Amino acid sequence: MATIPADTRFASRRTATGRLRTVVKAAREAPLAAVVILGGLILVALLADLIAPYDPTTPVKGAEMFAPPFWMEGGSLAMPLGTDFQSRDILSRLIYGARVSLFVGLMGTLVAGSIGTALGILSGYVGGWVDQIIMRVTDAWLALPAIVFAIFLAALLGPSMWNIIIILGLVYWTRYARVIRGEVLTLRERDFVKLAEIAGASKLRVIKKHILPNVMNTATVLASLTVGVVIIAEASLSFLGVGVPPPQPAWGLMLSEARPTLMAGQWWLTVFPGVCILLIVLATQLFGDWLRVRLDPQLRNL
Amino acid sequence: MPEFILRRVLYSLVTLFILSGTIFLIVRLTGDPVALMAEASARPEDLARVRHQWGLDRSWPVQYVTFMQNALQGELGKSFNYRMPVSELYFQRLPNSLTLGLAATLISLLIGIPAGIISAVKVNTAWDNVAKGVALLGLSIPGFWLGLVLILVFSVWLRWLPTSGAGDWRHVVMPALALGWYFAASMLRLTRSSMLEVLGSEYIKLARLKGLPDFVVIAMHAFKNALIPVFTLAGVNMVVMINAAVIIEVIFAWPGIGRLLYEGIFQRDFPLVQGVVIMAGFMIIGINLVVDILYAFIDPRIRLTR
Repeated sequence: MATIPADTRFASRRTATGRLRTVVKAAREAPLAAVVILGGLILVALLADLIAPYDPTTPVKGAEMFAPPFWMEGGSLAMPLGTDFQSRDILSRLIYGARVSLFVGLMGTLVAGSIGTALGILSGYVGGWVDQIIMRVTDAWLALPAIVFAIFLAALLGPSMWNIIIILGLVYWTRYARVIRGEVLTLRERDFVKLAEIAGASKLRVIKKHILPNVMNTATVLASLTVGVVIIAEASLSFLGVGVPPPQPAWGLMLSEARPTLMAGQWWLTVFPGVCILLIVLATQLFGDWLRVRLDPQLRNL
Repeated sequence: MPEFILRRVLYSLVTLFILSGTIFLIVRLTGDPVALMAEASARPEDLARVRHQWGLDRSWPVQYVTFMQNALQGELGKSFNYRMPVSELYFQRLPNSLTLGLAATLISLLIGIPAGIISAVKVNTAWDNVAKGVALLGLSIPGFWLGLVLILVFSVWLRWLPTSGAGDWRHVVMPALALGWYFAASMLRLTRSSMLEVLGSEYIKLARLKGLPDFVVIAMHAFKNALIPVFTLAGVNMVVMINAAVIIEVIFAWPGIGRLLYEGIFQRDFPLVQGVVIMAGFMIIGINLVVDILYAFIDPRIRLTR
């Protein structure tokens, strides 16, 4: 009696070590610069309590205001990047700032992604007047520049970190809704969805078992490209005084506090936080571009 | 065609209706503007009188209808702080925003189009990589931080340009660059992909087969068609820049509508804030409508799809 050999081509994905191997392989293909920057910043944010030399919100005892970085005259290695207008240590504030930036960036993206994905699926799968209403609301949302909308909401709700997260989520969901709706419209016509419906699966079950898993790749790619946008938006709101409130060490807030000293040529107060924002956004963009090519060839032109 | 235009106009009106309703509702939901504005010691009778004076004691639907009636007549209510019509304040500031938006659009085109064309013509070479790097930096450098760095370099260190205010062309250079930077990157990306598409098309292949020199093929044949979507985006971007320049206008103390919005927010002047935000929606819905209709004229296929 002949035995049919098991198909081993996909077996590796099903075992724990096989899955690990795929993850390791993917990680090795990822853009090195992006992984190093992102990984480094995430590590810094997580370990802020351990590595920051001083408390970010209280003045360093005995330190002068506006001390320059250590390589300039008057700087010292005790405060390697200098001090700000309240003689707080800039390095410590930058380290804790990474935590604020990443937290708001990731949570804001999560809120935006959840709202947008839910509405996109609803709109695409249910169709009819539900679709009409959701799409018209999306149009209305897109008619306002995101930053104007965010400033408007932030001014009315008042500054706090959680408010900013909710506001940015409420502002940036539209792209998800549009893209995912389009995807669901084609998924809806596919055989496996039709068969599930014929077999008597409820709408909720079809969405949960068949639609949602198939749009997750797209949602992930969109998310990776949204994080940077949300981080810049948070910095902008904080800079304008309607974002993360002082004395928290948000990078945008540090830039706004540095403004009066810019004219005096105290450049380090402006340059360091900006470079941090630049690096984190650059890294998420690179990572997102890579993810897009890897996960979803259809989005390559997005 | 008339049917297409009618449908687009109708969609735009629905969008406008939802947008204004949302803004109206958000403002009403987040608190009593009179209580926010007044001092803590103000007497309740006085508050009630002010509320009546501004029409805030009427029901929301009534307030909304009055608001929309006035808005459609170009009347956006009266500013709490300046004690004058919002529309008057708005149109005082608008020319400055137009100047800045136009200058920023020019900068984004001057950077984006040449870089995009070079990148497409020399695709997958070092040039292309440089252009991709520029595009990536355009999306990653926050415009407002670029503005601060420009001030540092050109005003504080080199003393070439004034730091703030409006006046002659020297006042416009830095804010326009800081504002246009991000949009230059999107111009670059679009020019590149549009050029690549056109360069791969049959009529370009024919032009090459005829033996036309590279320069003629690119400059005379490809360029014209590739730039249609680019200029469309430039138009839309300009309207966005006019309205979204809040933070740049604040940094450079540029007296445009973005700064008016900022002032309105800090003075809790809610008719002003509401007016400026709704006007932004108005303009952007308008430009989108114009673009849709223009495209339908150019490309008959669009008219047939819904």
